[in-house]
Amino acid sequence: MPNIPVVQHILSANDQIAAENRALFDASGILVLNLMASPGAGKTSVILATAARLPAAMRPGVIEGDLASRIDADIIAARGIPVTQINTGGGCHLDAPMIRSALPGLPLADLNLLLIENVGNLVCPANFALGADLNVVVASAPEGHDKPYKYPGMFAAADVVLLNKADLIDVFEFDLPFFERGLRMVNDRAPLFLLSCKSGAGVDAWVDWLAGPERLAGPERLAERWRQR
Amino acid sequence: MHELPVTQGILQVAVETARQHNADHITDIHLVIGVLAGLVDDSIQFYFDILSQDTLAAGATLHFRREPAIAVCGQCGRQTEVTPPLLTACPACASPRLTVTGGRAFYVDSIDID
Repeated sequence: MPNIPVVQHILSANDQIAAENRALFDASGILVLNLMASPGAGKTSVILATAARLPAAMRPGVIEGDLASRIDADIIAARGIPVTQINTGGGCHLDAPMIRSALPGLPLADLNLLLIENVGNLVCPANFALGADLNVVVASAPEGHDKPYKYPGMFAAADVVLLNKADLIDVFEFDLPFFERGLRMVNDRAPLFLLSCKSGAGVDAWVDWLAGPERLAGPERLAERWRQR
Repeated sequence: MHELPVTQGILQVAVETARQHNADHITDIHLVIGVLAGLVDDSIQFYFDILSQDTLAAGATLHFRREPAIAVCGQCGRQTEVTPPLLTACPACASPRLTVTGGRAFYVDSIDID
């Protein structure tokens, strides 16, 4: 009964397709964000607020992931942003094959930024690579300051964290230092931006970071792409 | 419910490896899963019993090795094993300056074959 060493990631089949997605995005010069959050944190609002403030040279497209409905996709389409909808039919996360299947629904040649709105969930989306450049985790003040302690896997996977509905920090007695300590416990690299999609406060700082020269300090591949713009 | 695709992944990795070694049967699958990976052993076992029917892994035993997550105190250096929800302060000196490492592993370590 020989023992065969394997040491292979359980989702390596998904990882393989994620790598193919990423190669396609690279070849197309598209920066890809994977937005993850609980339901109601404001992922769609972040997409709309971000798109509204992007420099003119940036041309966004959106993949909307939801269990069901086209509600979010219709809102985004109404703003004139190219969008395609994935309905997971009850599935709790997006995976790389779903992204691959959705791509023909977008004019990739016209885009240089793709925002993927994952299914609202702070657990499993973190396990499934899509081929994105940046994992954007959106938290929000009404959810409470304990989320990094309860969902450390998600916050550890973040490349950047947005705290939305920051105008409600006092209303919900959201303990920002406690939240930030929990985040830093598992993630010492992801910048944290406080913003309010409702008032617009803080959105510029996040968009400046996304579109700004700081990105050049990122991975070489990303830096090269930004230089080409 | 994400244990379903995870279990499909386990089965896929194990069966492909067994085929490469011309195995007739997989008797055991050894998994390493971090405590922060958000996966439930019983749920994986439940799906595995269904999905493995009529495969090389039918009847195989799953072994779960839990990779711990360690909180290191930035004040006194004390190391504490943690699971979610994480500690909010060091149990030794009460400092909130903690750094958590490990616990996110997620792989098939080895298989036993006939």
